Amino acid sequence: MKQLVEKHPLAIRWFHWVNFPVLALMIWSGIWIYWANDVYRLGWGHTTLLKFFPKSFYQAFHIDHKLAQGMAWHFVLMWVFALNGLLYVAYTLISGEWRALLPSRHSFAEAWQVVRHDLGLRQEPLPARKFNGAQQIAYTAVILMGAGSLLTGLAIYKPTQLAWLTTALGGYEWARAEHFILTIGYVLFFVVHIAQVVRAGWNNFRAMLAGFEVVEVPPPAPLPAAQPASASSITPPLSA
Amino acid sequence: MADSTPLPSSEAPNDAAVEREATRRSRRSFLLLAATGLAGLGGWRWLVSRPTDDGVPWPLRRVLDANGQLAQEYFSNAHLAPVFPKAQARAPRVNGDIGLRSALDAAAWRLRVLGYAPAGPARAQEFTLADIQALPRVEMTTELKCIEGWSVVVSWAGARLSDFLQRYPLATDPRRSGLAPYVSLFTPDEQYYVGLDIESALHPQTLLCYEMNGQPLTPEHGAPLRLVTPLKYGIKHLKRIGTIAFLHQRPADYWAEQGYDWHAGH
Repeated sequence: MKQLVEKHPLAIRWFHWVNFPVLALMIWSGIWIYWANDVYRLGWGHTTLLKFFPKSFYQAFHIDHKLAQGMAWHFVLMWVFALNGLLYVAYTLISGEWRALLPSRHSFAEAWQVVRHDLGLRQEPLPARKFNGAQQIAYTAVILMGAGSLLTGLAIYKPTQLAWLTTALGGYEWARAEHFILTIGYVLFFVVHIAQVVRAGWNNFRAMLAGFEVVEVPPPAPLPAAQPASASSITPPLSA
Repeated sequence: MADSTPLPSSEAPNDAAVEREATRRSRRSFLLLAATGLAGLGGWRWLVSRPTDDGVPWPLRRVLDANGQLAQEYFSNAHLAPVFPKAQARAPRVNGDIGLRSALDAAAWRLRVLGYAPAGPARAQEFTLADIQALPRVEMTTELKCIEGWSVVVSWAGARLSDFLQRYPLATDPRRSGLAPYVSLFTPDEQYYVGLDIESALHPQTLLCYEMNGQPLTPEHGAPLRLVTPLKYGIKHLKRIGTIAFLHQRPADYWAEQGYDWHAGH
């Protein structure tokens, strides 16, 4: 029989969906800022595998000459990004949700199984938990990345007043590079996240919006003392 | 649920009821998402359509100014920009010549200072480069940070603006002994101008600078006298200072008028 099972608390759904456009706008305004000094690339020596970013990218999205607007948006939305993240962390701590999210010492071995499973190299079903090891690692890592973005961002925002922080992060130029790398990390996270959400299907996606999943459960066992005569006749075949 | 005893016939209607409940809750959540999304979109459209205040919609400008005030709360003269070995110093890129387009007559150049006079006419006083060089010489090798995102270590020498003001107390109102909250600097042709808060101006690393990397300033780097302060982006390091004025009102700032943060502070 079917049953509604609560999965994601309302607060977590709000934090998640507020973060989505805010982080997207942070990345977008960040690209406007980055354009004014677009020095990063993947490569070595004179060999460049990937330039951040190609001219065609700037042209296609009209990125150029928006440094001032980029900084204005970035330094407004940083508050929303930071507050939303802090509230999320506080909520997971207070509600106990952190127990499902924080990786345990088994998570890393399990994450490897998940990867093999997702690549079709492993047939056994995945553990039927709210978050498997790979998810625990990914969702905790992305929060640490968020903290990293705040710290590296502060380090390049106030490199004199917070010189201790900037120095601890390797100096002004390193902090800027770290801030950029973390942003690339969000984009990679997003790609994998979307692929996994598509794979996991509608029920899983709906849970992030409406909070519940519809699951097949065996009907509750009848109380033996109440109706012993009919007990055998109502045992349905297990469907899941 | 656990203590209710299901009847054989109850399974199918129960599943249907669960599906109905799932549909109802899903619809409600999706409608809420759509409404929230539309509200967010509406808020965004409202924001970007606000009248601009110096190049950015005024609500963004308000937040930038609030950020500046908040940063001021943590500001301290004891917070110093890191200093580097002199050997790491490099020549910075020349980024723009606004205010420097006329030929410099170094012999005729004077620094003009308008003393703080919130209630009356400003007292103007003129200084030669020798007057500035007579003040204690400070050398400092710090990172020059351009608002574009690049930075370069440069070795500077000059007089602290705070030492200048101690010797010539032009930032205080002689009648009320109040300190000017703002400083305005502009080039002799008044084409380039920056505003500073007095706290940044009095910071020990804010210099009236006349030497860069061991050499007198060249015209493109701001000869004969420029401002250097690792508390601000390079856009505030005004070259070829013509006038310094101590003011009651927040002064105009060339790049702040183009949509940048007035504080642009570090």
